[in-house]
Amino acid sequence: MSEDAEIVQEFLVESHENLDQLDRDLVELEQSPGSRELLSSIFRAIHTIKGTSGFLAFHRLETLTHVGENLLSRLRDGELTMTETTAEVLLRMVDTVRALLDLIESTMSDEGDSVDVEPVVEAIVAVLEGDEDVPGITAHDPAAEVTLVHHDAEPVAEPVAEPVVEPVVEADLPQAPQPVATQPVATQAEAAEVAPVAEAAPADPVPAPVPVPVPVVDLDEDPAGEGNGRRSVVDSSVRVDVDLLDSLVQMVGELVLTRNQILQKVDSLADSDLGRATQRLNLVASELQEGVMKTRMQPIGQVWAKMPRIVRDLAHQLGRKVNLEMDGHDTELDRSLLEALKGPLTHLVRNALDHGLEPPEDRVARGKPAEGRLVLRAYHESGQVVVEISDDGRGIDIDRVGAIAVERGVISADQLRRMEPREIQSLIFRPGFSTATEVTNVSGRGVGMDVVRTNIERIGGSVDISSQQGSGTTCRVRIPLTLAIIPALLVGEADERYAIPQANLVELVRVDGEERARSVQTLAGAPVLRLRGHLLPLVSLAGALDVEADESDSLTIVVLQADDVRFGLTVREVHDTQEIVVKPIGRQLKGLGIYAGATIMGDGRVSLILDVAGLAQAHGVDVTAATAATEAKTSSDDQAALLVLEASPGRRAALPLKAISRLEEFPVAAVERTGVTEVVQYRDGILPLVRLAPAIGLVEGGGEREQLSVIVHEHGDRRIGIVIDRVLDVVETTITRSDVGRRPGVLGSAVVQEHVTDLVDLDAVVAMAGIGA
Amino acid sequence: MTTTAQPTLERVQAAEQYCTFWVDGLFFGVAVMDVQEVLRYHDMTVVPRAPESVHGLINLRGQIVTAIDLRTRLGLPPRAPGELPMNVVFRSRDETVSLLVDDIGDVIDTSGHVLEPAPVTLPGAVRSVLHGVLPLPDSILLVIDPDRAADVVAEPVSIGGNQ
Repeated sequence: MSEDAEIVQEFLVESHENLDQLDRDLVELEQSPGSRELLSSIFRAIHTIKGTSGFLAFHRLETLTHVGENLLSRLRDGELTMTETTAEVLLRMVDTVRALLDLIESTMSDEGDSVDVEPVVEAIVAVLEGDEDVPGITAHDPAAEVTLVHHDAEPVAEPVAEPVVEPVVEADLPQAPQPVATQPVATQAEAAEVAPVAEAAPADPVPAPVPVPVPVVDLDEDPAGEGNGRRSVVDSSVRVDVDLLDSLVQMVGELVLTRNQILQKVDSLADSDLGRATQRLNLVASELQEGVMKTRMQPIGQVWAKMPRIVRDLAHQLGRKVNLEMDGHDTELDRSLLEALKGPLTHLVRNALDHGLEPPEDRVARGKPAEGRLVLRAYHESGQVVVEISDDGRGIDIDRVGAIAVERGVISADQLRRMEPREIQSLIFRPGFSTATEVTNVSGRGVGMDVVRTNIERIGGSVDISSQQGSGTTCRVRIPLTLAIIPALLVGEADERYAIPQANLVELVRVDGEERARSVQTLAGAPVLRLRGHLLPLVSLAGALDVEADESDSLTIVVLQADDVRFGLTVREVHDTQEIVVKPIGRQLKGLGIYAGATIMGDGRVSLILDVAGLAQAHGVDVTAATAATEAKTSSDDQAALLVLEASPGRRAALPLKAISRLEEFPVAAVERTGVTEVVQYRDGILPLVRLAPAIGLVEGGGEREQLSVIVHEHGDRRIGIVIDRVLDVVETTITRSDVGRRPGVLGSAVVQEHVTDLVDLDAVVAMAGIGA
Repeated sequence: MTTTAQPTLERVQAAEQYCTFWVDGLFFGVAVMDVQEVLRYHDMTVVPRAPESVHGLINLRGQIVTAIDLRTRLGLPPRAPGELPMNVVFRSRDETVSLLVDDIGDVIDTSGHVLEPAPVTLPGAVRSVLHGVLPLPDSILLVIDPDRAADVVAEPVSIGGNQ
């Protein structure tokens, strides 16, 4: 109900604006009768009101505007010419429309005896039929007019009071008094606006025929006639140019920065008066910022308002029965984000209907109610807006998704085998993936989930999907509240500060002296960090910016996440986090791809905001090392990242990098035995060891060693350590497997970096170890 | 002071007043209507990996202004060390841009003189940013098209550490 009320509210605001324009146009039209431009403008205004009133089922308003529109279109097309009678009839129509709108505002319905529509309709029809001698048009009824003037003029004398809360609707008005009770109704301003129009008529020196059908509002029934001034919807809101709002946001941003600057300075001065004044400035600036940001906020209900219709039409088209539930429609977010959210959200809803919900008969067969549930929820969570789209449909069939992904070449069968169900589910976000078996009218038009994801990520959001096969799917979209001011981490490099959006920040890691040598390694020139058992590719900010790197013993690493890629950015120093105002950079710099914008610091200097995804891309991080680091992203096509090693001196072997979670070294002395198995104590547990060389039919290299190089492989929840001679390299390559050299523990061989290399059959090696992993 | 750029056609016909400046001994002018303001040297933030002619970013009363060194842009020899450039600030394609020049001249009135096409013998880099030239009695004014002067394209950064 409240949503309907909101739609009606918007309709009223819009219609009143249209009518104001209409009044001006009509008056102008009298000066230049037959101006097609003016007639078109009037026509459009009435047409808009007609359209919406039909949609909102205000039938009397629709009937009235419909005939009015007919008349206007004939005038516009030159089939009829403007006469005084026509002008009069049109003005009456506008007045009646206004009266109907007032009625709707107070009762949520256009039904009611207080406004007489039929005579106006008749008069218009008469004019349409070319009858200049319209019955009633010439008949002057001063009584009716006086009533109008009286009614509308009366509140003028009354002081405008605060909004009234008691129900103002009489019992004979049919619909919904509740929303009205809380809604402010007509006002002094409005009354004043109408009154002169009515008064002007008798004062008109030209004895213009004054038509009968004046909208007569009965005083007894008139809610506004009580003398209680109320703010109507028209006066309680103001339309403001978005550019003006944007510039306000900008200026407030500046103010906030200046405040920060002052706060910094004041801290170092011991002036208590200045301190207090600054405190106030601080408070006011914060509130101002909040307030201005709010002006750009709009409820998500605006997007949702369209959903019932979309869902209804789609359900009809697809033969589904759907019960749509919407929750949290007053959740607010920045209007630019709202705009950007429209498309993806609609697409997700379509998807849920098309792919999620089953036809009623299937549902019944599965013991579900024939009517499917589609739930849209929106809420705020830790500074973000979360929008959930969930259905109780068939869920995602991961086998099918996997099969299709392989078939379409999104991933290889090998990659699929190693994927977690959750990872398989998120394959639907990959480009080139679409499960629609046929191209339907609804989804599967080449605009896939990947586009949804791209669009959401473009506004700094994320989307993930969780699904229980057979019982439903939930899509969760997270978006920031606003884009203009963001929290950011400031880092220092080569005497400049750079801002990193907090949204990309995972953690900060500092590696000192000795530890550095142990945990940071270089694989084929690419540094990686061992971080809690995972390999994290490292990118040097100095290198990325091509500035002189700072040589020191310790390493400060900012762990960043962008899209699916996680990497560590080594920086010279970390400052603090700050709210920054994002400002665009010029076209001369956008193309670089490594800056997302710029901001102005407290000291007035410009600092660049790093584009984390762009940095990763510039380094090609997303293709290779990240694969090892997160295992979330699989490399594309047949390209495989391989860890090339020597199983025994001079004997090259390769393992998929994905299968390796860590590289460790253990002192030989740490090796213990249980039964025939060699083990080491490792991370509060026991790590069984397999020596790779014998497992793949080679002789282990002799020689005394103090350290064992071990590859830790995780298999389900078990770990196994594979003892190798040494790591040679990590390569990303397309391998052509040959059966040459195939034997237990070896899948075959391939040429990697111009050397024949055994491809280790990891499963077999693990099995051979007899550990039962 | 904030004037916006007029449509090109109108400007070509109407511009008679030019804000003039010198770069490497060459006498340049930008239509006065296009210029937002002229500033002394301003401290700026260097943008690593930016195109060579982008000298840095300036904070101009809260606006971020891209400073383009006209010498580099035109392929002229660099300024002598210690010589600070001046800023000619203007709006171009909805962005604020500053051209770094050697020295600022007067605003001159050129009514009565006709804009001629830039001589083909001028270096391409110079010619590409010119509207034309105005042969004045005692000098030749090279009339700059600010939009073209500010059109500097950045290539995506590719470090390719792991390739």
